[in-house]
Amino acid sequence: MMLTRIWRHKAAPAGLAVGALALALTACSSSGDAGGGAGGDVKLTIATVNNPQMQDMEELKSHFEEDNPGITVEFVTMEEGDLRAAVTADVASGAGQYDIVTVGAYEVPQWGAQDWLLDLTESLEGDAAYDVDDILPPLRDALSVDGKQYAVPFYGESSILMYNKAMFAEAGIEISNNPTWQEVAEYAAVLDTDEHAGICLRGKPGWGDLFAPLTTVVQTFGGNWYDENWDAQVNSPEFVEGVEFYVDLLTEHGQADPVSYSFTECLNLLSSGKVAMWYDASVAASILEDPEASEVAGQMGYTHAPVYKTEESGWLWSWNLAIPKTTKNPEAATTFVKWATSKEYHQLVGEELGWTRVPPGARTSTYSIPEYQEAAAAFAPITLEVMESVNPEQPGVDPQPWVGIQYVPIPEFQDVGNQVAQLVADAIAGRTTVQDALDRGQDIAQTAGDLQK
Amino acid sequence: MTSNPETTSPRGPAVDTSTAPKPRGIGNGARSRRDAQPVAAGAAAKQTARLARGLVLPGMTFTILLTQIPFVVTIVFSFLRWNQLRPDEIRFTGWDNYAVVFTRPEFLSSLGATVIITGSAVLLSLVFGLFLAVLLDRKFRGRGLARTLAITPFLVMPAAAALVWKWLMLDSNVGMVNWSLGLLGIDPVQWNTNFPLVTIVAVLVWQYTPFMMLILMAGLQSQGGDVLEAAAVDGAGPARIFWSLTLPHLRPYAEIATLLGSIMLLQVFDPIAIMTKGTGGTKTLSYLLYERAFIGLDIGQAAAFGVIAVIVTIGVAMIALRSTFSIFVEGKVR
Repeated sequence: MMLTRIWRHKAAPAGLAVGALALALTACSSSGDAGGGAGGDVKLTIATVNNPQMQDMEELKSHFEEDNPGITVEFVTMEEGDLRAAVTADVASGAGQYDIVTVGAYEVPQWGAQDWLLDLTESLEGDAAYDVDDILPPLRDALSVDGKQYAVPFYGESSILMYNKAMFAEAGIEISNNPTWQEVAEYAAVLDTDEHAGICLRGKPGWGDLFAPLTTVVQTFGGNWYDENWDAQVNSPEFVEGVEFYVDLLTEHGQADPVSYSFTECLNLLSSGKVAMWYDASVAASILEDPEASEVAGQMGYTHAPVYKTEESGWLWSWNLAIPKTTKNPEAATTFVKWATSKEYHQLVGEELGWTRVPPGARTSTYSIPEYQEAAAAFAPITLEVMESVNPEQPGVDPQPWVGIQYVPIPEFQDVGNQVAQLVADAIAGRTTVQDALDRGQDIAQTAGDLQK
Repeated sequence: MTSNPETTSPRGPAVDTSTAPKPRGIGNGARSRRDAQPVAAGAAAKQTARLARGLVLPGMTFTILLTQIPFVVTIVFSFLRWNQLRPDEIRFTGWDNYAVVFTRPEFLSSLGATVIITGSAVLLSLVFGLFLAVLLDRKFRGRGLARTLAITPFLVMPAAAALVWKWLMLDSNVGMVNWSLGLLGIDPVQWNTNFPLVTIVAVLVWQYTPFMMLILMAGLQSQGGDVLEAAAVDGAGPARIFWSLTLPHLRPYAEIATLLGSIMLLQVFDPIAIMTKGTGGTKTLSYLLYERAFIGLDIGQAAAFGVIAVIVTIGVAMIALRSTFSIFVEGKVR
């Protein structure tokens, strides 16, 4: 959701120097797996989302095929929405079309609990070379149900505040590494000029658009979607205060035409230097720092997500590889999943395609690779710092009956989030008040909450 | 699909007036209406009729199977409680889904949105289409090129058109519309945020004006030059000729254009999904259905919405077709 469409950094054909790293890769492929399928050649079909990191994986698949004779990998790449629909239909109906699926952090715990995904705990923990403990702990928490890990993060992200250092210097503002929302609102007011807006925030209706950042704001303001008894809290004073703050900030000092804006739109605005701050996904930093895609490369600064009543407010999202139970080639599929999420794969991407293209936010060790540290100096430390410090078990002020930040892993949530987002969009446009919008949202959320009891 | 065999079959009394509107409306205008007056029916005519029915039968059967089976399945679904993410809880639920349709406010408001968006887009594009058709019917250098250019918006894929409008035209930062307004000293307008309905209708009118223009232009070209000449000789000015001769002549063409345009615009989806996401009174029935089925993942509820939408549409279409559209009103001769 976070990354509906990221710019491909550049087409970069990057000739494949085949075999250069083949030796390093053998560590994670045990020889027995290849023939394990049907005694002959195995073809794995993997459904992925069309994000740059996934396209890099497809580009490098020949390395895997060389190291694992007898296994070929076929990629089926889709838009995020299509992928979710196609994979849900395939997995739910047990059709077994895909051996490996790319699943968002929102679905993994639900599908794991439904018993749709292969439990990977043993095969990951049993493989010392794979080093499963190297995976960022908050992500492992978010991808596990009752101690069973159902998916492996391919890349992960949190949310950070990005700001244009030149504009801040011009206005004479110093920003700390942990700003509060009140401070950010003050800065936005000062930085809101004729040339540029104060801050860019998502306003496009959608549970993964508007409500990704907005839920983190609500949570740090002390609100949440549900309390511990699954009673909806959408029109609680804290929820309303958070949303009102967000809507006011957006309409007073935000970008023009907010309802049109989500990740891609804000990215465009930021990279053309038309706005001073942006609170969004941490992966945006790697694109803002790419001189070919951005006019502000080298001018950006990054801080933790702004907070109010909590210590941290960053979200947690990952795109993960999982294996549906319906696959006919579980061994070969496991081999591939481990390959694509291994330390060696990160080395391979760095050396073949460039170090800024290494999948971020999945493994701690990635952040100690010297080449990566150098290439991603601007945003790697903050990404790791934030991702290690968020708490998916209780991101808000009060305890919550689910694990995850910025989404609620129940089937009804995308519907609830979507409908409430549309109501909030009406409030942004001034067609209704936040209070009225959230009063209606409360009913919608309560209907879904009742089903969890 | 089924009208094909009919249009090629010999003209005779068996050809039902209500099933052969297209060739007459578009092809040769009012003249054929007079020829189609029932003539005395003989045995030969009956045989022709039987043959015509026989020819139609395979197409009819195919169409019925193709359209009615999914509809029956939809009806069955509409009585199920079925959320895609809870596959183990699929069960018969009676009229529950229909209760949701009628007790929640979404249905009526999106029915209203559908009517407003379809109605205004059809009307506006008909007016603009008529204007363009009259202009492009005149002889001038480069007319072919001008016609091709004028038709282009209709050939652009809807999703691409919506993206072009979102980024190139209406974007608050780099959009051409706000840039032009700026030249006139008008503050930039937040189209999508403050005027979602206008945004959607603008895109649709831009797309469908060429379609209306095409049909109306065919009408203009079928108008005999001798009639116009005679009127001019009789002393009628261009305005009078247009009002008293051209417009009545264009009526069946405009009706067909309105009908086809409405059918296509009723299903509009792309600009809503890409630009407004159904906010601000732009949640049409088709977008609501999409939301119920693919975001709500609630197959049962989506099916119930679909069934009701179909019933309402059929009802409205029947009344509209029988009362306002002269081409469907049997025996009506102007």
